[in-house]
Amino acid sequence: MKIYVPGDSAAISVGADDVAAAIASKVVGATVIRNGSRGALWLEPMVEVETADGRFAYGPVTADDIDSLIAADFINAGKHALSLGATEEIPWLATQERVTFNRVGLIDPLSLADYEAHGGLVGLRRALSLSNAQIIEEVTESGLRGRGGAGFPAGIKWKTVAGAVSEQKYICANADEGDSGTFADRMLIEGDPFTLIEGMTIAAIAVGATQGYVYLRSEYPYAIKILQKAIYIAHAFGWLGSSVLGSHHSFELKIRVGAGSYVCGEETAMLESIEGKRGVVRAKPPLPALEGLFGMPTVINNVLTLSSVPAVLADGAAAYKSRGVGRSLGTQVFQLAGNVKQGGIVEKAFGITIDEVVHGYGGGTLSGAPIRAVQIGGPLGAYFPADKFQTSLDYESMISAGGMLGHGGIVVFDESVDLAAQARFAMAFCALESCGKCTPCRIGSTRGVETIDLIIQGVQVEENKKLLLDLCEVMTDGSLCAMGGLTPMPVKSAMLNFPEDFTGEVNRR
Amino acid sequence: MTYSPWSKEAALVVLATLREEKGPVLMALQALQNEFGYVHAEAVGLIATYFNKSRADVHGVLTFYHDLRTTPPQSNQISICVAEACQAVGSRQLEKEVKAKFGAEVHDGYCFGNCALGPCAMVNGAIVGRATLEKIAKVRQ
Repeated sequence: MKIYVPGDSAAISVGADDVAAAIASKVVGATVIRNGSRGALWLEPMVEVETADGRFAYGPVTADDIDSLIAADFINAGKHALSLGATEEIPWLATQERVTFNRVGLIDPLSLADYEAHGGLVGLRRALSLSNAQIIEEVTESGLRGRGGAGFPAGIKWKTVAGAVSEQKYICANADEGDSGTFADRMLIEGDPFTLIEGMTIAAIAVGATQGYVYLRSEYPYAIKILQKAIYIAHAFGWLGSSVLGSHHSFELKIRVGAGSYVCGEETAMLESIEGKRGVVRAKPPLPALEGLFGMPTVINNVLTLSSVPAVLADGAAAYKSRGVGRSLGTQVFQLAGNVKQGGIVEKAFGITIDEVVHGYGGGTLSGAPIRAVQIGGPLGAYFPADKFQTSLDYESMISAGGMLGHGGIVVFDESVDLAAQARFAMAFCALESCGKCTPCRIGSTRGVETIDLIIQGVQVEENKKLLLDLCEVMTDGSLCAMGGLTPMPVKSAMLNFPEDFTGEVNRR
Repeated sequence: MTYSPWSKEAALVVLATLREEKGPVLMALQALQNEFGYVHAEAVGLIATYFNKSRADVHGVLTFYHDLRTTPPQSNQISICVAEACQAVGSRQLEKEVKAKFGAEVHDGYCFGNCALGPCAMVNGAIVGRATLEKIAKVRQ
């Protein structure tokens, strides 16, 4: 019988390997499958058994629980203190709208048979029957926008690359998911790597590229191993290589591993890094779509953007854009993190409120204290107070509210958070990770740390707050890329929404 | 983790595997570090000659990336995530405790993508969620 124990690194971090080993040695006749995680990370390690009535879940399971699970006849869905019932009926999962994460947690990540049995390769096969203009039209029509944070329409970017005349073109998947509070790229790659490969292959056919790179962080060693295996399997199957699924298209795929630099998540710094150079940001124009990797036309998309493409092609643009609000169409894979009781992946149509995510799915804080702030969109995103939790999570509403959606990470903080310390950290992180090319980012971040230190110490607080806002304006308007340009967002939002933390230590609490 | 002792000959064998790669300098530095544990001073000139780059090019890449190091590593490597999501569940305090016990083995990390099960640590390549000093010490053994 099949027993699923996630091989996702989040599950492994809380003991999934020990659980898998215990089941393999103690449960007679068990076939242990290391699936991806369903995304309910607070229930990990979540063990599922396959029965005639579907899959039943138990969690969080430790290796010590296996004996009592066997005694409770868990292989036949027997009752146990850790029973979660039928997996498909767990409300936290059942109420989600899984499109991009449709297969994650469901299948064996490295089984192509499993992948195809669950709708894999349908999108690519359809793409092979279309002209490249038709593929691009479908992606444009779907309203799919860049999930890395910028929200640029994917179809328009593809059209630019397709229109460029060149001997060589490239597809680059940005898997340098450095934002704290985000882990969807990692979970997708670990749980359903073929979807990324399929999305990249479709992009390659659409624009006429023959070589792809996945730029994957060194901090994700488990994801690197799984993707390497998946690429190898796709090659052996005749999917990657000189004839994609027997067609006249050729597509090769390589992984380039990052080396611990946050700014390399910025697309032009990423190109430099793939070229083996220092990860220094390039000035734009020229656009990477025209002069990108090794000077050639290049599609650069985030992992989630590319991984949404197979569903767009398989089910059609109309189905994809039937979800969402305004110009934010389809679903967003939200990542609920930090001091949160029920953290993990929440994939929902755009337009869900912050409150529905952090209180509804998140269930409040892990510590039990009230939520004081959430930071949305990574280290460069804004800090929101509780009175803004009715804000809709879509690209436009987030900008109107003074923030940004970014890569969809939501980090929850309880009452103990000191927003002046968080603002200081934002500047310090920028100082540490700045590529150094432009002055506002390189010098401004260090001056920012010093100025916030003075505010914290109570030295000329009002003057220094004014100075800090002025510095933020210079960084916003004068930086070459989002690193320096958006570091002021957490700083200013913290000052605006939590002014009581910026009165100087002597005056506080 | 065990590494080979530095030798020019062994380094050249590693570099030969990258001969066909476009833009090989960063990959070469990473490959040598994986083999020897660090990038030996002689490696800069070796890579420059092998791939027809200037020493300045190679030195520039070597000094840009946090992952690359020029001295042999500690026998244990502990990295504690101190980015926002882990800060929210006390990683700063954890980092102090772990540093007090294991000193120079401990480094700041910035996100291992385990942000719903923080604080997160990476101990000798193994990921540790809901990390505590005890858990880290146990994995370190």
